[in-house]
Amino acid sequence: MGAIYRREIGAFFSSSIAYIFLAVFYIFAGLFFTLDNIAVGSTDLSGVFSTLFFISIFLIPILTMRLFSEEKKQRTEQGLLTAPVSLTGIVLGKYFAALTVFTTAVSIIFIYGFILSLYGTVAWMTVLSNYLAILLVGSAFIAIGLFVSSLTENQLVAAIGGIVCLGILFLIDIVASFVKIDWLQNILYDLSFYTRYYEFTCGIFNLSSVLFYISTAILFNFFTVRVFEKRRWS
Amino acid sequence: MIEVRNLTKHYGDKKAVNDISFTVNDGEILGFLGPNGAGKSTTMNMLTGYISSTSGQALINGVDILEDPIKAKSYIGYLPEIPPLYVDMTVYSYLNFMFDLKKCKLPRRSHLKDVMTLCKVIDVKDRLIRNLSKGYKQRVGLAQALINNPPVLILDEPTVGLDPKQIIEIRTLIKRLGKNHTVILSSHILSEIQAVCDRVIIINHGVVAADDTATNLSDKVSTDHRIIARIDGPKAEVLQAIRTIDGLKYVRADMEREKNIYDFEIEAEPGIDIRRDINQITREHGWDILMLKTMEMTLEDIFLKITMGEGIRQDDLR
Ligand SMILES: Nc1ncnc2c1ncn2[C@@H]1O[C@H](COP(=O)(O)OP(=O)(O)OP(=O)(O)O)[C@@H](O)[C@H]1O
Ligand SMILES: [Mg+2]
Repeated sequence: MGAIYRREIGAFFSSSIAYIFLAVFYIFAGLFFTLDNIAVGSTDLSGVFSTLFFISIFLIPILTMRLFSEEKKQRTEQGLLTAPVSLTGIVLGKYFAALTVFTTAVSIIFIYGFILSLYGTVAWMTVLSNYLAILLVGSAFIAIGLFVSSLTENQLVAAIGGIVCLGILFLIDIVASFVKIDWLQNILYDLSFYTRYYEFTCGIFNLSSVLFYISTAILFNFFTVRVFEKRRWS
Repeated sequence: MIEVRNLTKHYGDKKAVNDISFTVNDGEILGFLGPNGAGKSTTMNMLTGYISSTSGQALINGVDILEDPIKAKSYIGYLPEIPPLYVDMTVYSYLNFMFDLKKCKLPRRSHLKDVMTLCKVIDVKDRLIRNLSKGYKQRVGLAQALINNPPVLILDEPTVGLDPKQIIEIRTLIKRLGKNHTVILSSHILSEIQAVCDRVIIINHGVVAADDTATNLSDKVSTDHRIIARIDGPKAEVLQAIRTIDGLKYVRADMEREKNIYDFEIEAEPGIDIRRDINQITREHGWDILMLKTMEMTLEDIFLKITMGEGIRQDDLR
């Protein structure tokens, strides 16, 4: 796992995907920070955090697109799958590499907090809970993106597929608001990534949401392992 | 040591490998010979745990590849048909990655240096793999297989894409490695198998067509008394004269090698030596023998003979 993790971190930067990801991420985060905070003189970072959710829907699939698709295309996966490592180790090595880059991106928020603290008081606990929330969302999204990448050997398909999947997860929320059947609506809201995230940005720390994101991440990493097991047996 | 028992792989209805069994002992080099689509790569992929078998068993140093894959894989160095190279890495960083991936406990610097020297890639160690020629890529592929000094080496067409000089170098290297490794290598080049391997398995349509030592296989068929003679004499008369030899099976004039001089392919019944008869005839007629050699069957002939025979038999069965 360690070897794969280190190689992927290196590959993120040598293929410049990490730079593109970080640059686009910072441009949008910076833009909303300027509009929501600097321009109106507010120290409440919640606005920035809620936009990070949308940025992630588009950027995380870019981060995860080539992780498995490229291995398949270049036939390098044969090297991994015949090495004395477990499938779980392979999947998690890649997973944590993407999560590391994502964490680096999101940590910009502390710089914003620091800038704001020069002008007023910042509610650091809220910032921390928001930070935790976006990391949790990211963990789930990355697992989903990685799973999509394991299904194809085309990076572009992996990226678009990932964006569509994450988009659908977001749309669950909108669908839910139209559903008039109570129990169904409740289930949909329970499955909604955004509703749970929104709670966090309002400063509500909900343990069940934490578990929800973590189980999603575990589930999709498990699915990815299954993809490889299944292919081996086909 | 590799033990393969009744290994079978189906792709849907297609039987890519059908009930193959063999054993490779320590320090033995086994050659896998077979035409395109015979099932060589499929077998190797099953041995190395890349794909699973439909049925049957493969043991690497006594460890079942499906029961304890991580342990079994740690004994194997594998060079697949297409070397698994990350083209955006340098040779050194790639081999360094493989060193970590295989959880190698040997001293890093010296081991990597040894492997790179052995495969002659040390001069290109800081080049991106993307920019290497095919031959060099192949050697980097071989180098990654050698990392961690695994006791079993499985090499799928290791000399593909190399120039003649490199081919000889790699063969020599494999022969040397064969002294203290168990090696399986596949190849289309029959002289290669002949030059490198102790034992040959000929595989066709996913089944073993022959399993013998390389020399035995050659011997088996070279008892056929087939001769090529270049005789300086009128073609029709020479043919006529040769036909009178006792025990002759067939004779035919081959090409006109020199002006009015032909090569004659002569085959007698097995076990009959007709070289003296040919001499006798030419002396009587006052012709000259410019060349006389036995047509020893190469592995290529054996290969064609066996696989074609098998093919016919298989088709009959269907
Ligand atoms: N993934 C797959 N799905 C379906 N059929 C396959 C698959 N892989 C291989 N085959 C079939 O199995 C048979 C054996 O293929 P294999 O690659 O093992 O042959 P080979 O002996 O290595 O040939 P070559 O000399 O061309 O490398 C072929 O008929 C091939 O078409
Ligand atoms: Mg092959």
